[in-house]
Amino acid sequence: MGNKQTIFTAQQLDAYQDCTFFTRKEIIRLFHRYRDLAPQLIPLDYTSKPDVKVPYELIGSMPELKENPFRQRIAEVFSEDGEGNMTLDDFLDMFSVLSEMAPRDLKAYYAFKIYDFNNDDFICKSDLEKTLNKLTRNELSEDESRLVCEKVIDEADLDNDGRLSMEDFQHMIVRAPDFLSTFHIRI
Amino acid sequence: MERARRMDSGFGLNPHHMEAGLQSPAAERVVHDSLSPLMEEASPSSGEHSEAIEMHNLTEEQYESQAFLPSCALVGRGRGRLGARKVNPLVRARWSSATQRVLCSMPSRTIGWSRNAIISQYYNRSMRLRLRRQSQPSIRDASHSARPSIRGYRMEADSEDEENKKEQLVTNLQALSAGDRVRMLRAMPINMAEKSELRKLACSSKGKPPPSRTAISCFSHVKMFVIIALQHGWSSWMSFLQSLQLWQVALKTVGGRFGTGVLSYFLFLKTLLLFNIFLFIVNCFFLVIPQAVNPPPPGAADVSFTGLELLTGGGYFTDTVMFYGYYTNSSLKDTCRTSQNLTGDRAADPAHCGCGHNTQRMSYNIPAAYFFTTGVAFFVTCIILVYSVSKSFGQSFRIEKSRGNLTVKVFCSWDFKVIKKSSVKLQSENICTQLKELLSEVNCRLVEKSLAQRLAWLAVHALAWIMCLASTLGCALSVFYFSQYLFEDRQHRQHHQQVLSGNSLSLKEEARLLVLPVVVSSINLLLPGFFNLVAWMEVYDSLSVRAYVAIFRNLLLKVSVLGMLCYRWLGKIAAEPESLGLQCWESYVGQELYRFLLMDFIFSILDTLFGEFLWKLFSQRVLRRKRKPVFDIARNVLELIYGQTLAWLGVLFSPLLPAVQIIKLLLLFYMKKTSLMMNCQAPRRPWRASQMTTFFISLLCFPSYLGAAVSVAYTVWMLKPSAECGPFRGLSTMVISGKSWVAELAGANPNLAWLIWVHAYLVENPIFLFVVAGIFLIITYFHTQVVDGQRKIIVLLQEQIENEGQDKKFLISKLQLAHEQKHPVSPQRRELRSNED
Repeated sequence: MGNKQTIFTAQQLDAYQDCTFFTRKEIIRLFHRYRDLAPQLIPLDYTSKPDVKVPYELIGSMPELKENPFRQRIAEVFSEDGEGNMTLDDFLDMFSVLSEMAPRDLKAYYAFKIYDFNNDDFICKSDLEKTLNKLTRNELSEDESRLVCEKVIDEADLDNDGRLSMEDFQHMIVRAPDFLSTFHIRI
Repeated sequence: MERARRMDSGFGLNPHHMEAGLQSPAAERVVHDSLSPLMEEASPSSGEHSEAIEMHNLTEEQYESQAFLPSCALVGRGRGRLGARKVNPLVRARWSSATQRVLCSMPSRTIGWSRNAIISQYYNRSMRLRLRRQSQPSIRDASHSARPSIRGYRMEADSEDEENKKEQLVTNLQALSAGDRVRMLRAMPINMAEKSELRKLACSSKGKPPPSRTAISCFSHVKMFVIIALQHGWSSWMSFLQSLQLWQVALKTVGGRFGTGVLSYFLFLKTLLLFNIFLFIVNCFFLVIPQAVNPPPPGAADVSFTGLELLTGGGYFTDTVMFYGYYTNSSLKDTCRTSQNLTGDRAADPAHCGCGHNTQRMSYNIPAAYFFTTGVAFFVTCIILVYSVSKSFGQSFRIEKSRGNLTVKVFCSWDFKVIKKSSVKLQSENICTQLKELLSEVNCRLVEKSLAQRLAWLAVHALAWIMCLASTLGCALSVFYFSQYLFEDRQHRQHHQQVLSGNSLSLKEEARLLVLPVVVSSINLLLPGFFNLVAWMEVYDSLSVRAYVAIFRNLLLKVSVLGMLCYRWLGKIAAEPESLGLQCWESYVGQELYRFLLMDFIFSILDTLFGEFLWKLFSQRVLRRKRKPVFDIARNVLELIYGQTLAWLGVLFSPLLPAVQIIKLLLLFYMKKTSLMMNCQAPRRPWRASQMTTFFISLLCFPSYLGAAVSVAYTVWMLKPSAECGPFRGLSTMVISGKSWVAELAGANPNLAWLIWVHAYLVENPIFLFVVAGIFLIITYFHTQVVDGQRKIIVLLQEQIENEGQDKKFLISKLQLAHEQKHPVSPQRRELRSNED
């Protein structure tokens, strides 16, 4: 099974297998999914580690991400350049973290980064408001949205600096056993 | 002015100064670069240090341009809005620019999760793991600091230190076992390129023996080797299972449209399928195949195959490898195929055999195989179940706290699996509704119910419970009396009619056999609907209580009905099989269970057809409702558990019953999925998937598996097998076969005398089981105590964090006060400030 493929060298495949939660077969399958997004751009031979990126528009049009309100943030967090244009490494990384087998801490780390819209390592009020708007498609009124933000900071902010740090977020995640099953994309 | 502008966003960073994206180290440095001027001012090495700490003489403009956290302005607007929580002094006052500078440069504000911080943290973790594996306790890994989060995350401004840490991390990774290394690498939140670099460094210099190896004893070597081998074996088995990818696409479609709750039903079905495949494989290899290749002599009556056998399991199927009665009660000796009579007593004369191997003959003792196969299958199933329950319980365990619901709702309720547009829209609406509900709960206080209202509520609930319990009792009794009527009716007909030979019955008789399964299945179908109707009139405080009550009532019904049936089969029929004219009561019970399983399946089909398809048509055409019916997860899962209980009950009497169950589950999967796609819509109410999954798998373990295991144990230990059929004919109980086989083995080979001893004291003696159960309970008790203790520690630690926060607030306000005393504020400003407070 593993010897027939010519896309990766054996060492590359081993490295991918050790660094992600996927098996060989799944990595090959994911490569083909990645390539299907832009067949002209992505070569079939990755042994020379080409430096190609798939632009964000194509990533965001994947069926798994198309309707997800956070797709832009997900792509930005996992992409190297921060704009959403992903290399194969980023692509594998993204789906590895979002897979079933990723541990809770790892998922919490990336979830925090996704919800941190201004990338300042804290989830502040404005980040929360943006999150709420994306969750509810702007259905909440301004008053309600503000109330929710305040209550959230009230509940989760342990060190009382008015915003959520990574520790606050992880502490909250521990109390949410459903997080592992909801923060999961099947590919 | 520029400094003030930089502090525009309050305690955070000015977004204009930052670039997006934190993954690459270069981008991260920009973030920290924008803070570094502030840090330079605050750090001792800078020349401007004294000025900064001295706190500049502030002009009015500097006070003016100080911004607050957005919450500041709102905090002023209303007190006691969100309950009695005190207004947060840290965000409330107008701090001087100097104070703000100090605040900005506090370690907790500047640590960030830079790559260096992650490397430090994982260095610490790998160190701890390494020491734990070597089982050498060290004082070094005791954390001393009161703020353990800071310790690993200090910003490494020094690049030499960074390289050092990285090297140390690589060294640690090398010292770990392969499995641990892979696990640690996978869990590190850095990007792929760096992970593969670390991995290459760790693997390449593996030739160097780690310095600690000399300290490990020989025994630890062996232990490590065994553990590594087991881990390898386990991980390769798991990856093989995953690669099978059974129903991968189907599960993805269902999850994409209906979310995690409905998906959990299908995942549960898949789990049950795996259990049954295991049972089937074990039975097939150890029982069915040996017996099938050495068939016993054909029975006296020659029965032809009619279609009705598929429904009743009788007739042609009775004398096949499917049921207990077919199996011989002696050993199958490995004589050659040319010999025709492979019957009864295998005292086959080797001289008759054409082949020359006479001396060494492998014998396969069917009764012992039957007994031990069933026993081992049940034991392994028990272990797997208990392991799944404990793992699932560990994952879903949460410390119950009333606060935190809104936060969890905001961050953890979006189901990323959902990919269909309409479902996504529905999910958004659901979350919006739930948030509004939670807000309204928070804002209005709980209205105290008056005494009269409370009594009315109690009365309604009591009435509902009485109705449900009465109907359950009624159904159980009706099943009891009806089965008794059938039993006596059959006895009656047996006396007055010609005794039929063997186990074959006429067609009409067989059809009569189907009545009881039909009655029981219709009870199982209709009564939960009645319970739902009753539940409409009740008012519950929370949704989960309502779900649990519904499940409990349903479960009670199923348990009581099954209990009655077991009493009928094992208590009555097994005791007096001759009165029914049964040569072989075990085959009869096996056939009964087969019929029940099949009827259950047929009724599931009918329920899907009428419950979902026709109801959808009805509600859309007649009632003109836009909403399709909702898939009732709890009820369907209980049906699955019921079916599995029947399969487990029947495996002793019908070794091929797991195969039937496998076929049934496969067909059920596709049927339910098709019906779901066509007729149902996603549930409106939130479904706590992980808690419910834990609950269902523990229901599978406790009432379902335990009941089946107890029945099987009772049958094996207490009941007399029939005298004319099956592998245990002639013995007083089935256990004796195991005993006698072990004795025989020990007799043939004196070295195995210890086996008799083991068998006598462990398998036969019920004391052993009691002792094992007692130890299990004690261990469980200790673990719950440990968990309780950890819960208390968590509460204490939370208090400690809050106290630290209070300390911080205190120090900052004192700092501000000291500054104000040095540089007094003008009276108008003070007035303005006090007005705003």
